[in-house]
Amino acid sequence: MNYKTLTEENGQNALFKRTLHRLNNKHVKKILYHICMLVFSIIMIYPVLWMVMSSFKGNTEIFTNASSLIPKEFLFENYKIGWKGFGGDTFSIFFKNSFIISTISTIGAVLSSVLIAYSFARIKFKGSRIMFSIMLMTLMLPYQIIAIPQFIIYQKMDLINTFWPLILPNFFGFPFFIFLNMQFIRGIPSDMDEAAVIDGCNRYTIFTKIILPLLKPSIVTSTIFSFYWRWEDFFAPLLFLNKPKLYTIPLALRIFADPTSVSNWSGMLAMATLSLVPVLFIFFLFQKYLVEGIATTGIKG
Amino acid sequence: MANFKKLNYKRETKKSKSLTRFLENDNIAGYIFISPWIIGFIAFTAIPVLASLWFSFTDYDLLTSPNFIGLDNYKKMFKDDEVYRKSLFVTFYFVFASVPLRLIFALFVAMLLTVKTKISGLYRTVFYIPSIIGGSIAIAVIWKRIFHDDGVLNDLLAMIGIKTNISYLTNEKTAIWTLIILAVWQFGSSMLIFLAGLKQIPDSYYEAAKIDGANKFQNFFKITIPMLTPIIFFNLVMQIIQGFMSFTQSFVITSGKPMNSTLFYSVYMYNRSFKFFEMGYGSAMAWVMLLIIAAFTIIVFKSSGSWVYYETKEDK
Repeated sequence: MNYKTLTEENGQNALFKRTLHRLNNKHVKKILYHICMLVFSIIMIYPVLWMVMSSFKGNTEIFTNASSLIPKEFLFENYKIGWKGFGGDTFSIFFKNSFIISTISTIGAVLSSVLIAYSFARIKFKGSRIMFSIMLMTLMLPYQIIAIPQFIIYQKMDLINTFWPLILPNFFGFPFFIFLNMQFIRGIPSDMDEAAVIDGCNRYTIFTKIILPLLKPSIVTSTIFSFYWRWEDFFAPLLFLNKPKLYTIPLALRIFADPTSVSNWSGMLAMATLSLVPVLFIFFLFQKYLVEGIATTGIKG
Repeated sequence: MANFKKLNYKRETKKSKSLTRFLENDNIAGYIFISPWIIGFIAFTAIPVLASLWFSFTDYDLLTSPNFIGLDNYKKMFKDDEVYRKSLFVTFYFVFASVPLRLIFALFVAMLLTVKTKISGLYRTVFYIPSIIGGSIAIAVIWKRIFHDDGVLNDLLAMIGIKTNISYLTNEKTAIWTLIILAVWQFGSSMLIFLAGLKQIPDSYYEAAKIDGANKFQNFFKITIPMLTPIIFFNLVMQIIQGFMSFTQSFVITSGKPMNSTLFYSVYMYNRSFKFFEMGYGSAMAWVMLLIIAAFTIIVFKSSGSWVYYETKEDK
């Protein structure tokens, strides 16, 4: 190898390196980033897509064509078959039960939490500090601790197999929503309260005329989270409801998917998909509120 | 209430008769607004918690009246009940595998999402969706299908040439990991919290570091991590507690099987209390759970001083 070719090679190499470097800095990096993120996105969302697409597959295709996301043909009657439910109880009953419980509970939880939050955030009264720390402690209290005594009490009151045990406790405030609304109320300048006082407002009218209208974002966030939790709640309905006519959707789905009784996988998947429709619908409508709610409290609930 | 207006001007001048009245009014208003919480706390928390403590020293079985048996329930738990100890181990294993993994994942992905592109919002949405639906029974049922021996995962593996017929749900070693994966899959909400935290770190810190010649690793470990520790710490505590309370996944997906290798603490507690109606024993288990959670909270809080970095006020 003589000197000339060596330098030529070096020159070419340098040029190649320089172009590569430039590419590396801009496009290659960007493309690589998006490829990684897209692959990761697909992995993350795959189980959900799989559920939705498989709900259109035939009963045997779920097994023979297990991982595929595209059914050989779209069988919409799976939804009709699934809707029939089991033992004569259709999913219209289960959806109705879930809607009743989730809606009333949510109204109660949000209303009471907003009142309590206003008190903690704005009014200085005797014992408020102690009560606030007790409230924060209950945030960490496992539901399982109180489940047994509550069950016994409801049983003594003959309220098992009614919606009362599921709805009633929501009307006394929820630590997470109290905390969330407090954060928002603290963000409202107290000058506004003082101005309202000059205009002749008292604590009650300040709440209804000033605080409440400004609380819209945190009320929306609390409403969404509360609805989600009630809608997806499994433990409490499992404890207090054991008649199929009273089942909520999670209970019904579990029975429906029981390996000893399940023969209709596509119907079951169709109902599983339907059960998530309200959740995803609300998510896409109010995504902004959810993201902000999580960011402001720093709690995922 | 009518005095409210006048008093506000006088507040700092002197303690008049009306001022005390004003204070009284505020006290009353405060208690009126807070009354739902007080009633709820007494009826739905305080009384049940105390009742639970009492039941834990009895042999209550829902049919006959409770007899006081002292510490027998607690002794039985740690001396004779092998399944109990297994469930304790399984729960610890689950919590200490899933919580750190989820947080690491959340932080890693949040860092990746700080790169601003046209479709960052889409990525964020996709990563967050599992968090809102992951706890549902629908997903639990899907999970069963995915990890079944003739299920989706093995079918996918076959496509890339790995032929197995492992039944992940009935294998003692893998069953718990299907539940851990489900928990880690829901990293989205922690990711959003980290994203919010990352946005609050002033750019000037990184700029100063750049002048000092810091590389990306140094940036990450000397700026990002210290600035995020309060958030990491808080989420660690909350998620450990929530992890201990996990119920649905184990109950629905594996029912604690095989060989109790996925038997979560709360599932075993449920079985004892509501299948066999051993309410006394169940209450004792509930109290041990409460003590474990309390101990963890204290340990994490006490140790926080040495590794949690709180930004000083002047910096803000």
